[in-house]
Amino acid sequence: MTDTTSSAPPRRSWRDIDLRAVAPFVALALLLVLGSFVNPNFLGFDNLSNVLTRSAFIAIIAVGATFVISAGGLDLSVGSMVAFVASLTIMFLNSGMIANPFLMLVAAMLLAMGIGALCGLANGLITTVGRIEPFIATLGTMGIYRGLTTWLSQGGAITMRNSELQQLYRPVYFGKIFGVPFPLVAVGLSAIVGAFVLYRTAFGRHVVAVGSNEDVARYSGIPVNRVRNVTYVIQGLCVAVACLLYIPRLGSTSATTGLMWELQAITAVVVGGTALRGGVGRIWGTICGAFILEIVGNIMLLSNFVSEYLLGAIQGAIIIIAMLVQRSLVRRS
Amino acid sequence: MATAEGSETVTTGKPPLLEAVGISKSFGPVEVLGDINLSLMPGEVHAIIGENGAGKSTLMKILAGHLPSTRGELKLDGKPVVLAGPVDAEARGIVLVHQEILLAPDLTVAQNIYLGREVRKGLTLDDKTMNKGAAEAVRALGIDIDPTIAVGRLSIAQRQLVQIARALLVPHRVVIFDEPTASLTLTETDALLRVILDIKKKGAAVLYISHRLPEVKEIADRVTVLRDGRLITTRPAEGLEAVDMARLMVGRDVAKLYPDRVATTAVDYALEVDGMNVPGYAHDASFKLRQGEILGFAGLVGAGRTELLEGVVGLRTSHGKVRLNGKPVHFVTVRDSLRAGIVYLSEDRKGKGLLLGQNLGINLTLAGLSQFVRGLLIDRRKEAKALDGAIAEFDIRTRNKELLAGQLSGGNQQKLLLAKMMLLNPQIVIIDEPTRGIDIGTKEQIYKFIAELAESGKSVIVISSEMQEVIGICDRILVMRNGRIVGEVSGNHMTEDEIVVLATGVTSREAASMAEQA
Repeated sequence: MTDTTSSAPPRRSWRDIDLRAVAPFVALALLLVLGSFVNPNFLGFDNLSNVLTRSAFIAIIAVGATFVISAGGLDLSVGSMVAFVASLTIMFLNSGMIANPFLMLVAAMLLAMGIGALCGLANGLITTVGRIEPFIATLGTMGIYRGLTTWLSQGGAITMRNSELQQLYRPVYFGKIFGVPFPLVAVGLSAIVGAFVLYRTAFGRHVVAVGSNEDVARYSGIPVNRVRNVTYVIQGLCVAVACLLYIPRLGSTSATTGLMWELQAITAVVVGGTALRGGVGRIWGTICGAFILEIVGNIMLLSNFVSEYLLGAIQGAIIIIAMLVQRSLVRRS
Repeated sequence: MATAEGSETVTTGKPPLLEAVGISKSFGPVEVLGDINLSLMPGEVHAIIGENGAGKSTLMKILAGHLPSTRGELKLDGKPVVLAGPVDAEARGIVLVHQEILLAPDLTVAQNIYLGREVRKGLTLDDKTMNKGAAEAVRALGIDIDPTIAVGRLSIAQRQLVQIARALLVPHRVVIFDEPTASLTLTETDALLRVILDIKKKGAAVLYISHRLPEVKEIADRVTVLRDGRLITTRPAEGLEAVDMARLMVGRDVAKLYPDRVATTAVDYALEVDGMNVPGYAHDASFKLRQGEILGFAGLVGAGRTELLEGVVGLRTSHGKVRLNGKPVHFVTVRDSLRAGIVYLSEDRKGKGLLLGQNLGINLTLAGLSQFVRGLLIDRRKEAKALDGAIAEFDIRTRNKELLAGQLSGGNQQKLLLAKMMLLNPQIVIIDEPTRGIDIGTKEQIYKFIAELAESGKSVIVISSEMQEVIGICDRILVMRNGRIVGEVSGNHMTEDEIVVLATGVTSREAASMAEQA
């Protein structure tokens, strides 16, 4: 009785466009317009690429967070993980175990990726094998990674000591490829790989299925725990990539490195249109969300009418407004 | 329709307590109820029967203020009334006992019964009075439940009774029961029927919706039949036999629903299960499934049928021997059994079968996704082709292929779920409640499909609480009670009586009297 009868093939029109997927990009465009009103220099290539480069850490971490959240998980430990992974990497670089600076750097990068993956795997195993809510599990590891960093640095800073290595490493953050800052290239590559995996591979499909309904996924023969674990490992790898960009920027870490980054990453993901309850993942929306957060900060800095001390409040307001907009779009469709 | 009006003279000359005049309801372009005229007399038990999807629930919701009607009006005591919502309806004495359990599992029985209408003493809650009141309300239903234990610790049947107690606590003139006995045992059902007679004696009207026709026969004064959103007839229950009711509900001869089939005579076993234990649900269950056979699992809700077979395929922890085509196998997870060619279609289509928030294509290929992967990529063209194929083969009716699975009707969802699992090309198909919540036309299609599966040499297990259904399509039926397989019926012995005797454990004399009613 409530059966829908078959009819003519669907016609695609502008009405079919999912407004929720488009909303973040519209918001970004509006912000760019607003920015150009506030300050004519805002839309300049130099300013924009500067601003966006600063968002690179959050954007790359948020790509990983998109996987975790799409699968119905959450990772609060990423900020602490940045501090932990970066500190260990710098300590390795300072150890002088490999004489050749280039090989040393490559080894350090691989080490960083390995530690990131392990940290992510730990988060995954605690939630899947330990069956602890991801919120609680990663709240715990958030404390652990941060605490270990504080202990490693003895409350102070961990700084790269080898200037030769520093010179060699510098271009990874400050270098440009065809005029595009390297961190932005890294953001683009992360997003492309992320989008490919999430949208085009069986694993990506499984991520969305697990986030949509874990029971259905299990009854369909999907290895739910394995899929979850891998999303956390991907998150760890993304954190490691962010660390690799972060280290050459200051050449130093401390107990406060990456503080609150988890909240920014989650904000970027949610503002980008990914559902926090899982089942919908939007990689490009996430990148867009990360850009929005940074650009709002920049506009506040360039303008005189809002104090930049209000940045946190504005970012908090953004996530709430984004949610309200998403909800009203759902209702209309 | 003429019968509907003519029958109103049956009861006393008093005006109807609640009356529906020309009620219609449409959801978008789909009309689910058309021009319903119904009257409820004081001191009357009025039963509403109809197939799933006939519009019973929608009508209930309109009468209880949960939904506004599209056309038509309601009259209370002969005066037109507009119900602003369930709270308004309750204030006017119209209460609805829901079919689904809507209780907070962490609150106690008393806290649930008084939820939203707590008794206060000054600023604090008067728990003593509420516990006493709750205990009395529950006792009135003929059961003894401690009002201070959490609802989450009760059985489904007990929860249902708590919910009824909660509904009856408000002053009521019209009580609407939406399939209240679906999860109750025979004794609990008897107790409930006594309560209903009590309500009736006090002069209130009862609207009673049930699939269990013997029950309807036992308690109703008048019976209204709905079919496809239309009121077919309203008749005095006196002289209306269960068979007549079934015929009126279905609108055709029920026997034609099931495909003609000759039971398999194969001697090879596709699946042999020996001494299977699923902790807490099934004990020492042994059975054999022949090649090309349709084997039924009958029993009451909660007999452990679903859990036993979930245990067999590796969806639950289980212990026991399983042989597939004569070879011993051990399924640790459901992936193992899927790989071995056994698929299980859950009774919980919406919760465990389909991703309601994803489109048809993603749902279709989810279990068999590996067939669609080339290198690293999912072959989207092949996926689209598979969807076209499934829509044609399984007659999935959808106006748009981009629709979400949750937007399909129950019948089309079931077809999609079938299509999804058939992509795995299974040798053994286990279908749990294959037609729950499905309209009659789709039911017929699904029965035909199940028969064809068996014809093609695949073995099928059907778990169903609808006895007609298992009798209609199965070659052989196993009956479970309290987690054990208590008997097998086949051939001429496949009758409702035989199954009821096994499923409930009542003596044959009791069964005979029940059969008389049926």
